[in-house]
This record gives sequence, C-alpha cells and structure tokens, in this order.
Amino acid sequence: MNRRVMDLWVGVFVVIGFAAVLFLALKVSNFSASSFATTYEITAKFDNIGGLKARGPVKSAGVVVGRVAEIRFDPQTYEANVVLKIDSQYQFPNDTFASILTSGLLGEQYIGLDAGGDERMIPAGGTIAKTQSAIVLEKLISQFLFNKASEGKKDAGAQ
Amino acid sequence: MRLIERFFSVIGANTIDRVWRLGFAARFFLAMLSHSGETFRRPRLLLRELYASGVLSLIIILVSGLFVGLVLGLQGYDTLQRYGSSEALGILVALSLVRELGPVVAALLFASRAGSSMTAEVGLMKATEQLAAMDMMAVNPLARIMAPRFWGGVLSMPLLATLFTAAGIFGGWLIGVIFIGVDEGAFWAQMQANVSFRDDVFNGIIKSAVFGVAVSLIAVFEGFDAVPTAEGVSRAITRTVVTSALAILALDFVLTSFMFRGL
Amino acid sequence: MIELQGIHKTDEILRLMTIPYVEINGLDFAYGDRQILSGIDMQLPKGKLTAIMGGSGCGKTTLLRLIGGQIKPDRGSLKVAGHEVSRFNERELYDMRRRMGMLFQFGALFTDLSVYDNIAFPLREHTRLPESAIRDLVLLKLEAVGLRGAAQLMPAELSGGMARRVALARSVALDPELILFDEPFTGLDPISLSIIATLIRRLTDALGATSVMVTHDVHESLAVVDYVYFMAGGRMVGSGTPAELRVSTDPYVYQFVHAQPDGPVHFHYPADNLDEQLLAGAA
Repeated sequence: MNRRVMDLWVGVFVVIGFAAVLFLALKVSNFSASSFATTYEITAKFDNIGGLKARGPVKSAGVVVGRVAEIRFDPQTYEANVVLKIDSQYQFPNDTFASILTSGLLGEQYIGLDAGGDERMIPAGGTIAKTQSAIVLEKLISQFLFNKASEGKKDAGAQ
Repeated sequence: MRLIERFFSVIGANTIDRVWRLGFAARFFLAMLSHSGETFRRPRLLLRELYASGVLSLIIILVSGLFVGLVLGLQGYDTLQRYGSSEALGILVALSLVRELGPVVAALLFASRAGSSMTAEVGLMKATEQLAAMDMMAVNPLARIMAPRFWGGVLSMPLLATLFTAAGIFGGWLIGVIFIGVDEGAFWAQMQANVSFRDDVFNGIIKSAVFGVAVSLIAVFEGFDAVPTAEGVSRAITRTVVTSALAILALDFVLTSFMFRGL
Repeated sequence: MIELQGIHKTDEILRLMTIPYVEINGLDFAYGDRQILSGIDMQLPKGKLTAIMGGSGCGKTTLLRLIGGQIKPDRGSLKVAGHEVSRFNERELYDMRRRMGMLFQFGALFTDLSVYDNIAFPLREHTRLPESAIRDLVLLKLEAVGLRGAAQLMPAELSGGMARRVALARSVALDPELILFDEPFTGLDPISLSIIATLIRRLTDALGATSVMVTHDVHESLAVVDYVYFMAGGRMVGSGTPAELRVSTDPYVYQFVHAQPDGPVHFHYPADNLDEQLLAGAA
C-alpha cells in the first residue's frame, strides 16, 4: 500500500468525519451561539409547576430567551423555587409576570415571561415577584364539574 | 443427583474461568495503555491503523447508514401520517439515529468488519510466531502491534458513527422529502428545534467513543489470547464479534439510562 | 579415544579450556503439574556452536526459551554473560536481547514486510544509522546467505528454504553475541539443509558468537557442531563432541545416533497388557 495514497485516504476520512459532525451540529441540531452564551440567574416562585422540567425553555413573546436551570422545593413556604438562566443580552423589568404555559394543547410546559413597565430591571440573582402557576388538568375538570353541579342545584332550587 | 452436581460444577468452573479471563483482559488493557506512548510518537503506525479500521470501513458504514435512513423514513412516515404528524418525520429520523441507531449499529458493523480483521491479524501473527520473534528482537509487540490497532479503532469509531448518522439523515430526507413529498421546510425546522446538540448529538458521540474503546479492546485482546493454531484464530474472531455485540448492547443500556434519564 | 559417560568429566575439561558464555545450574521448570525440565546443568562456551538434541517432548525447546528469557525457571540458575536472566526486568531483558539473535522454526518473518524490510527491522529499531548505511548492511547480510537478489520479494513468495535463510540473515543483523536456533532443519530439502548447516557454522565463526541449536537432525548437526548435549524426559542424559557421540555406548545416545526405533525411548506408548485388553473386549 503506497504510503502517500494511504495518508491521503486517512486525511479524507478525518475531513469527512468532521464535516459530518459539523453537519449534525449546525443543520440537524439547534447548536446556536447562545447555547454557550453568558447567562445570569433569577428565581421565580410557584405554587404548582405542573409538568415543568429542568432545561425547559423560558420564552418571552414566543422567543426562547433562556432555560430552566433548577427546580427546588422550599420546605418553609411549601412553594417551588425555579431558578432560570436568562441570556445576558436580555433584561426584564421588575414587574415581569412569569407563568407556566403549555406548548400546544398537550405539549411540553415552559415558562413564559410577560414584561411589565417598570424602569428598573431585575438584577442577577433577583426574584420575579408575580407568578402564575401551571394549570393542572384534574383541578380544571373538578372545577368544571363543581360549577356544573352548583348550576344544576341552582336551577333545581329556583324551580 | 450426580447430574445436578455435574451441572453446577461445570457452570461454576465456567464462571470462574470467565472471571479469571476478565481479570487477565484488564491487566492486558492496563499494560497496553502504558505502552501507548510509541503509538503517538510514531504517527506512521497510527496512520496505518486509521486506514485499516477507518477508511476501509467507510463503504459499509455509509451504505448501511443510507439504507437505515431510508427504512426509517418509510416506516416513520407510514406510522406518523396516521396521526397527521408526518411533519415530525425529521425529528423521528434524526433523534433515532443520533441517540441510538448511529452509535449502536455503526459499532456493530465496526466490530464485524474492523474488529474481526484486527483479531485475525494479531492472532495470525501469534500463530506464526511473529509476535515472539518481535519480542526476541527486543521490540515490545504490545507497543508496536497492539496499541496502534487499539487507538486506531478508538479514534475511528466516533467518526464512523457520525458518518453513519449523517448518511441516515440523508436517507430519511431522500425518502421523506424527495420521494414521498413531506414538506422540506417542516422536515428540517422541526428537526432543528427538537434535536439538542448537547443532549443528543454530543451524548451520541460519547456513546460511540465508549463503544470504540470496548470493541477495539476486545478485538485486540482476543487476537493476543488466541490459541496459536488456524482453528484457534478463527474461534477468536468469532468471539470478537459475539463479545463485542453483547458489550455494545449492554453498554448502550447503561449509557442511555445515565444520559437520557431526565428528559 | 576416551570413553566419556555423563556430563561431569566433560564439564571440568570445558571449564578449564574456555569461559562459558551461558551457564546453567540445577534448572527446573514445570508447566502446571507437568515437570518439563529437572536438574539441568549445561555450559555453553563462548564462540562455539553447541547442539541440544533429543526426541520430541524432551524439553529442549523449553530450554531454549528459558535461555532467551521468554519464560522464567522455577528453580536453579541461568546466567548469560554472567548475568542472572531470571532476575531481569523488562528493560534489562530487552538490553540482553539486543545482543542476541534468534532463528525461529519456520522463520517467523513479518509477512507484511518485504525481505529487505524484515532484515532492516532490527537495524531501524535499535540503531540510529542513516538509511544508506542500513541499506549496505542489509545487502551484505543477504549476500552472506546468498539471497541478495531476493531483497524485494515478500515472504509469501519465498520457498521454505529461502524463508529460513532470510530469517537467518535477520537474526544476525545486529551482529549478536549469542544466537539461538530453534529446529533450523525442520522440513527442508537436502540441499537447503546443507546450506543452512554450513551458514550456521560460518556465521558463528565469522561473528565469534556463541550459538545454541535445538534439533533432532543427527546427521547434519554432528557434521557442523562443536559439542552436543543430549536430553530425554526433561533431563540431561549425555553429552560430548560429535566424535565421542558417534562411538558412545550410552543407551540413550546410541538409540538416537543410530536411529533405532526401540530402546530407552520406548516404541510403545504405555498401555496395559495386550492379551488382557483383547480378552476384556471379547467378554
């Protein structure tokens, strides 16, 4: 086996191998610059996080601006503390609303941020004061049934 | 009663033998690692092995990857379109390949093609006393023959697995978008939105690297440990392929449960 | 003509005459339960060609591997140039092997290298000579064995005798002080046999090397060696110069030298009484 030819083929092999990695990184997955961009952390407290998972997206106006870093249970307040990592280029006002929303009808849950009008921004390590917990399906259904039942009673009572 | 006794004693002896062999293999692995310096000081050795395990496996990897992708596309579309989710074909093909099929199938193919060839080479060198002759000429065969083959395999494997995955995605695209007519934009867009580099692609590469170490080690060890006859070498080759396959699948389970636990 | 039986008298004379390059005392080696060698005493004088002879399974190849350091003895001492081989670490062992050459039974040439590269191998590994110097050395070694024209052939293209000669050239590539030959005459035609025997003699003399040959070819070896050690069943049973052995009346030596089918080395593999076995079958 001629040495030069062998070297050439090994070179080709390594090059196309790395090209494949690049292909996977850029065309196939969402490897964008912001995956490794600088971030800062803020905390939000919820009564119920529903199906929110770590590494779930944090969106504002539908655009991904960060990720859920950690979900902790606070044994003092019996609330869920969710730590969010927000991309450093985005700042949010103090009165921002954080709610847990569902993607589509039955999709994954994410945190949606509704920016308020305050001039002061939430600092790194700060907390979001206004939060809305996730909508738990069972509670919704039992609420609906309860309403339906009390309506029926009212009708029956009125008659 | 005597039969049951014999049954257990055979199993016991077999197990002890296997455990001993495992220990022997572990010592071999450590010895080979400590003699790996030469492999990297003489790039020519490594280059030859990259050619033998990597370049010569390209065709089977690319063609198989393409076919797996084609089949994924077909089967995937058939099932998804029943629930009106044919636009998710890109996600299906990409995630299946990147997370599982790419590393695992490529490793199995690698074991059959490159692994068996490594075992054959080393085993035959043992049977024809070439390893002993080299040892008597004060050149350590571990450093000269086995370590380069091991490292050649370890370095080739992730590249081959990635190429397999890329070929597969191409195959899925070919069937889905070109032949069946799934929307091209949706195919790529949904795929990109749902395949994470860190969680999926990177983990897949780690898997293939682990498989590479396992298969290369098994292949070189079986050759080193082969009975130095023609029959012994052929049995060693068979052992390489079988043991590699089992190791790959077992490691796949272990790695998957670590990597994809939280998602 | 002195009638010499056993090892001891010859040893004393040898010791007075020459300095032993390899000295073996009370060597024992067992593989699992099988005792392969027991109480071996041997002296290989410097610059002489010695043969170790014996029937199949007498342990002579094991002895050769012990000398080369491929295996370690259980008991006894094995000294090469005054150093105890069994106590060598890897580096010391490799240092010794650089001054040693070994010819394997079927050559053991590297099948992926050409004849030229096979002989150049030890030169490239252990010296820093430039390619031009290596080229000269390789061609000279090939010339010594008569195969300079075959330099570019691959081992697969060589006949048995030619492969053996190339292996011989490779074993003396670094001008070793000690050369080991493992059954160098096996499977060769009469012409090649004679060529190899002559080459072994010539190279030993030219290099002043200490050569040890393991063989059971009586005719060719007695013609070229200086001294012979005889083994049977893992023990040394006789020794002497070729002339002495040809006229020895020691039963082992006699049976071997005169190629007799039966004697101390039995024809029959141990078995029960024939009549009893036949009768048992019939009953």
